[in-house]
Amino acid sequence: MFKQWWQNTSSVFGYVVGFVLSLALTFVAYTLVVNKVVEGVTIMVLLGVLALVQVIIQLIFFLHFGREKSSRFKVITFFSMLGVLLIVVSGSLWIMYHLDYNMMNMPPDQLQQRMDKEAGF
Amino acid sequence: MTEKINDLKLKVLEDKTASGFWLYLMTDCILFASLFATYVVLHGNTAGGPSGADIFQLPIVLAETFILLTSSFACGVALLAMKQGKTKQMVGWLVATYLLGIAFLTIELTEFSGLIAEGHSWQQSAFLSAFFTLVGTHGAHIFVGLVWLLTLGLVFFKRGMSEKLKRQFILFGLFWHFLDVIWIFIFTVVYLMGVA
Repeated sequence: MFKQWWQNTSSVFGYVVGFVLSLALTFVAYTLVVNKVVEGVTIMVLLGVLALVQVIIQLIFFLHFGREKSSRFKVITFFSMLGVLLIVVSGSLWIMYHLDYNMMNMPPDQLQQRMDKEAGF
Repeated sequence: MTEKINDLKLKVLEDKTASGFWLYLMTDCILFASLFATYVVLHGNTAGGPSGADIFQLPIVLAETFILLTSSFACGVALLAMKQGKTKQMVGWLVATYLLGIAFLTIELTEFSGLIAEGHSWQQSAFLSAFFTLVGTHGAHIFVGLVWLLTLGLVFFKRGMSEKLKRQFILFGLFWHFLDVIWIFIFTVVYLMGVA
């Protein structure tokens, strides 16, 4: 039965399912933000999860990712891309926020003092 | 019928062009990843100008999101109709895809020109530079997609359907779905997280 359902994801039915789920997820995320249901880190994590779920849904129902027999190439390049993407994004944020923490977050005179202190280092 | 569709799909996927195009989409993902990283790093550097919460109009952006999503859906259904040989249906759904794409781009450009008219152009702050670059790059892709679809449509009306044209429509479909996936992240990271 599951196999049949899986086959069906490339039918009009599959597109409708993907479409309705995407609409619902978008609307839920929007409502959460507009009504300020939760705040702070919770809302950020929640929005991130909702976006990821929607991407996976669209990959399955719209892009038919990993379904065809000859799609090994697609899968391999997709996960290599994901690796590079994670390194670029997490690396940039890690380095830049670290700099921010050490340098930019202090008042200008304090920053000048620190730069004087560590000059030549 | 299903077997016929599967045969066609297999044939298309074995095609080198399809693999090459998929590879292009993956590299485009990396381009967007770096623009996203830039945006997230710079989104607080407003230099005395407005922040995201001051300038984003969420209801309009929600409408934009629904329009692009519907366009992506219409494109998928159109390609399905094409694979089943229902040409009339295919044309109808593709026209819907195209018009919704135009609507999306119009709303986005209206938002941009509104911001610039209020003095919030990309020159005002690092935040706005990153915002215009990220969202504008996506918009440029949408524009290219619309020109591409128009070209395919013209070829179709002039010469009718061929195997080659079918493959090109399928590649366009991939591109269009991909742009919708990128937009999910723009909607979430730039707009929703910018206001939340």
